[in-house]
Amino acid sequence: MSNEIEAIKDPGLPAHVHRKADHDPVAAKRAERQVAILFGISSLGTLLLIASFFIPDDIFIFVPVMGNQNAHQLGLGLGMAISLFFIGMGAIHWAKTLMPDQEVIAHRHEFRSPDSDRKEFVDAVKEGAQASGLGRRSLIKRSLGAALGLSALSPILLLRDLGPLPGNDLKETSWKAGTYLVTDPGNRRIKASDLEVGAVAQVLPETSDPEHRKLNDIAKDALLLIRLRPEEFNLDAERLSWTHEGIIAFSKICSHMGCAVALYEQQTKHLLCPCHQSTFDVTRAAKVIFGPAARPLPQLNITVDEEGYLIARTPFTEPVGPSFWGRNS
Amino acid sequence: MTTEHRLGQVANYVDERTGAAAWMKKNLQKVFPDHWSFLLGEVALYSFVILLLSGTYLTFWFDPSMKEVIYEGSYEPLEGVKMSAAYASALHISFEVRGGLLMRQIHHWAALIFMAAIVAHLMRVFFTGAFRKPREGNWIIGVGLLTLGIVEGFLGYSLPDDLLSGTGIRIAEAIIQAIPVVGSYLSYFAFGGAFPGEAFIPRIYTVHVLLLPGAFLALITAHLMMVWYQKHTQFPGPGRTEKNVVGYPLMPVYMAKAGGFFFIVFGVIAFISAVASINPIWLYGPYTPGQISAGSQPDWYMGWLDGLVRMSPPIETYFFGYTISWNILIPGLIIPGILFTGMALYPFIESWITGDKREHHLLDRPRNAPNRTALGAMSITFMIVALINGGNDLIATHFDLSINQIMWGTRFGIIILPPIAFVVTKRLCLSLQRADRELVLHGRETGRLLRLPSGEFVEVHEPISPEKAYLLTSHEQAPALELPAVDGRGVKRAGAIRNKLRSRMSVAHSEAVPKVSADDLKEIESH
Amino acid sequence: MKRLSRYRRHKAAGPALLIFALLAIGTTFNVASAQTAAQTTTADRSALIEEGRQIFLKGCSSCHGLNSEGGAIAPSLVGVGAASVDFQVGTGRMPMADMSTQAMRKEPLYTPEETAALAAYVASLAPGPEIPTEEQLNYERDGSTAEGGELFRNNCAMCHNFAGQGGALTQGKYAPTLMGIEPKHIYEAMVTGPQSMPVFSDKTITPEEKMSIIKWIKHAESEPNLGGASLGRVGPVTEGLLAWTLGLGILIGVAVWLAMKAR
Repeated sequence: MSNEIEAIKDPGLPAHVHRKADHDPVAAKRAERQVAILFGISSLGTLLLIASFFIPDDIFIFVPVMGNQNAHQLGLGLGMAISLFFIGMGAIHWAKTLMPDQEVIAHRHEFRSPDSDRKEFVDAVKEGAQASGLGRRSLIKRSLGAALGLSALSPILLLRDLGPLPGNDLKETSWKAGTYLVTDPGNRRIKASDLEVGAVAQVLPETSDPEHRKLNDIAKDALLLIRLRPEEFNLDAERLSWTHEGIIAFSKICSHMGCAVALYEQQTKHLLCPCHQSTFDVTRAAKVIFGPAARPLPQLNITVDEEGYLIARTPFTEPVGPSFWGRNS
Repeated sequence: MTTEHRLGQVANYVDERTGAAAWMKKNLQKVFPDHWSFLLGEVALYSFVILLLSGTYLTFWFDPSMKEVIYEGSYEPLEGVKMSAAYASALHISFEVRGGLLMRQIHHWAALIFMAAIVAHLMRVFFTGAFRKPREGNWIIGVGLLTLGIVEGFLGYSLPDDLLSGTGIRIAEAIIQAIPVVGSYLSYFAFGGAFPGEAFIPRIYTVHVLLLPGAFLALITAHLMMVWYQKHTQFPGPGRTEKNVVGYPLMPVYMAKAGGFFFIVFGVIAFISAVASINPIWLYGPYTPGQISAGSQPDWYMGWLDGLVRMSPPIETYFFGYTISWNILIPGLIIPGILFTGMALYPFIESWITGDKREHHLLDRPRNAPNRTALGAMSITFMIVALINGGNDLIATHFDLSINQIMWGTRFGIIILPPIAFVVTKRLCLSLQRADRELVLHGRETGRLLRLPSGEFVEVHEPISPEKAYLLTSHEQAPALELPAVDGRGVKRAGAIRNKLRSRMSVAHSEAVPKVSADDLKEIESH
Repeated sequence: MKRLSRYRRHKAAGPALLIFALLAIGTTFNVASAQTAAQTTTADRSALIEEGRQIFLKGCSSCHGLNSEGGAIAPSLVGVGAASVDFQVGTGRMPMADMSTQAMRKEPLYTPEETAALAAYVASLAPGPEIPTEEQLNYERDGSTAEGGELFRNNCAMCHNFAGQGGALTQGKYAPTLMGIEPKHIYEAMVTGPQSMPVFSDKTITPEEKMSIIKWIKHAESEPNLGGASLGRVGPVTEGLLAWTLGLGILIGVAVWLAMKAR
C-alpha cells in the first residue's frame, strides 16, 4: 500500500532551540556553579564515608521508618552513595547545560562489502583451501578427523573422578533393624510415652558419634514422628502394623524435590512442604492430596524395645527423597 | 609546558607504537542517538562492572570451603554453632570486616538490578524491533547473557551456604537427579558424591568467580563491539532515516553523560545497600538438610521457575523399574528450554513470517507492530503469573488468601491469561494506530468550542506540526506475503502446508490501520 | 454547711454534685474490690473456680457445651489444662469472633483476673498442662540464645519462618508472627499445641530447651536490622520487589532526566 500511495514528506531535523546557557553568560556561569556544587556534595559524601569508617560499630541511631540502624554501616553506605551519585549528577548536568547540544548527523554505510572485495575474499579462501590440499588428500582429512575426535575424549576422561558412581547409595539410609530413634537436636532416645496425642518430634537415627553427624546422612535419615489417636488412622493392615500406639514415622525428606517436610497441621493431620506446597495426609500414610509431589513420603516401620524406647523394626522399604531414573516406582 | 603540549607528547608516544590516531580520530566523533530507554542496557553494563569490583573485594575474605567449623565470631546467637567454613567466612565479612556487610549488600543488590536491567533492556529491544537484521546475532548474545546471568546469580547467592540458599541447591540437585538415565550420575559428579557433600561450594565458586565472569566479559565485549560497529538504532522522526544516525558525539557529550551515568548507577546501588537490608544470612542460619523455613523462595529472576514447579500437576510415570518425573522435568527443564530457545530464535521467526530480509536501523513504535507487541505482552503475562505463584505463600499470608486458591488460580491463569493479554494488547495497538490516524487527519482537539454563524457548535482542532505528522506516518506497513499454494499449472507446491502456515501468520502479522498518505491530507484540506 | 447551702441553687451545683457522687462511688468500689484481688489461698481457689465457671457459662458454653464437653463447632475443654485457657483467652483468640479459617490474636475480652478464673475452672475439670511458673520462664538466666536458635530452626521455622515472622499453612490457615508475644504465651503454645500447631512435649523439647527458644525469639525481636531497613524479614520476594520499584525506578528517572533537553 505504501508503495503506491505517496507518503507524507520528511520535513528534516527541527530547528535547533538554544539553551539559556548558550547565549546568556550569566546563565552559563550559574550552570557552572551548579555543577561545582554537585561535585562539592560528592566530596562531602566522601568525607562522611571516611569519618564513618572510624565510628565504633556498636552504636545505633534511630531513623524514622527504618528503626534502629547501625551508625557505622549507615554512614559508610550513605557516604559512598553520596560521593558516587553526585559525581554522576555533576557530569550529566555539565553535559546537558554547557556542552554543545547541537544534533550531529553521521551516515551509515552499507555493511555489505563491495563485490570486488567479496570476490577477492572467496578467491583467497579457495586458494588457501587448495594449497592446504585437504580437499584432495582424503587420507589426511580422515586421519585428522579421527585424531581430533579422539583427543576430545581425554578431557572427558580426566573428569571421571569428579565423583563416585551412585551405586546403591540413593537407595540406602542409616536406618537398620533395631536402630534407636533419637531427638534432633539433643540426641535423646524417645519413649512412646514421651509423646502426647498431637505431638510431633524431629528425629534422627542413633549414632555412635552424635557430635559429628554428617550432613550427607542427615539428608537421608531425617525422620518425623507424629502421634495421633490410633482410631484416626485410615491405613491397610500392613501399614498399620508399622505404627505403634498411634505413633507413625515418615521420612522428613520430601518425595518431590528433597526439602524438609516438617510443617505438621495438628487439626487436619496434614503435612505441608513449604517449598512447593505439596500436602500429605498423615492418616493415609502421607498420601499426596495437593501439590506437585507424585509419591507419598516413605513410612518407617517402628516398634518399641523392652524398655519402651522407639526403634526401627526394619530399614526403609523404598528409597527416600526425590525420584530418580532407577527408582522402581 | 602547557597541558596541551604535554598531552601532545603522550599522544605522540602512543601513536608511534600503535598507530592509534588513525582509528581514534573516527571513534571520538562517533554519534550516539539520545533516548532514555537506550540507557537500560547501560544500567546492566554498569551493574556488571560493580559486580566485578564488589565481588573481587569479597573474594579477599570469603572461604569457599564446606569443612565443618564451630563459630567463634562476634554474632552471639550463632556462638558455638556448627557450620561450614564458607558460612562462617560470610559471617566474618558481615560482622568483623569494616565495610564488609556494605560490600556484600552492594554485590547482591547489584545482582538483582543487573538482572532487572537486562530484562527491561530486552523488553525495549523486543518491542522496538531492534533485533532485526543486522542485529540478530547481538540478540542471541543478549539471550545468552540473560541465561548466564540467571545461573551466575543462583550460584552467587548459594555460596554463603545458608539455610535458604542451601534449600535452593537441594532443589537444583533434584532437577539434575530427575534427568532420565544419567540424572543420578550427573548429580554424583556435580556434588562429588551424595548431597550435600563437601565439593559443591568450592566447585561453584570456580564457576562463579572465574568461568562465568570470563564468559560474561567475552560476550559483553562482543555485544558492545557489535553495537559500536553496527551503530545504535534510533527512533523514527523528522530528519532520521535508515541511512543516518542523529545524536551527539562520543567526546565530550557521551563521555560525560554515559560516564556520569556509571556513577549514578553505582551511587543508587550503594544508597539502596545502605538503607535496605538484603540476604541477612545470620538470621537464616547455616544449611542443614533437616531444616527449612516457611516462605522459602529463590531470588526474583528464578521466581518464575519456582512458580512453574509449584503449579505442576503431580505426574510421574513408572515402567520396568524406571521412573520419569514429568512433574520436575516439564516445568524445570522442558518449558524453560522451549521459552528461551523461542526467544533466541525470534528474529528468524519474525523474518520468516514477514519475508523481510532488509536491514533495519529505525526502530518501530510498538503500536505499529501490533502482533509483535501482543506477543511480547503475552510472554510477560506468562512470566508474571508464574512469578506470582512462586510467592504464593507470602501472598497468602499478606493478603489473607489461601495457597490452594492461588495455586489453582495460577494453574488456570497461566493458560487463559496470556491469550487474553495477546488479544487485548493487539486491539490496543490498533486503537492507538487509529488515534494516530485521526490526529494526522484532523489535528489535535483543543477543547475550545466555536459557534458558527449557522448556530452549529464545532470543536476547534489544531493541525499538528509537520514534524509530528511525519513521525506518525513514516513507518512501514508491509502487506502480507503472497504464497500461492499451487503453481502456474495448478500443481500443489512443495512445502504447501508450511506456506499456508506462513501465509496465515503473515496476514495476522500485517494487520494494521492504514496510515495517512499525502493524498489523504490533500483531500482533507480541500474540505 | 450553711456556707455551702447558700450555693444550692447555683447552676453549677447540679453537675458538681453529680461529679462528686460518681467519684465517691467509683473510689469506694475500687477500694472495696481491690481487696478481693489479693493472693488466692486454697479457700479462695474454690471461689476462683466458681467465678471461672460463671464466666464460662456466660461466655464460652454456647460453643463449648455447658459441661465443656465440646460440640459441633468447638472442641472439648476437658484435659486441655490451665495453660490452654491462659493462652487462648490471654491472647484474645477466645472467645472466637470470626468463625472462618482460624482464631486470630486480638484484644483480650477478659481481664487477667477473669482469665485466671477461667483457667482455674478448666484445670479443675481434668489434669492438663499448667501455666508455666516463673522458674520455667526465667529464660534470661537459664536459656541459651545459640541453642535456642538451633532448636527454633529445627522445630519452629518451617511454620513461623526463620525470623518468626509467620507463614502460610493450607486452606488459608497461617502460623502467626512470634514478634511481640509474651514469653508466657510462647511457652503455653508450645506445650498445648493450639489449633494447627502440634504439641511439643516436655520430653522431646525439655523445659530448658523451651526457655532457650523463647530467649532466641526475644533476641530476634530486639535485634536491630543490620545493614538497613528490614523489608519484612521474609526473604527474596520483597527484595526483588524493591529492586524493580525503587532500584529501576530511580535509575529510569535519572535516565529520563539525562536525555531531556536542558532549558
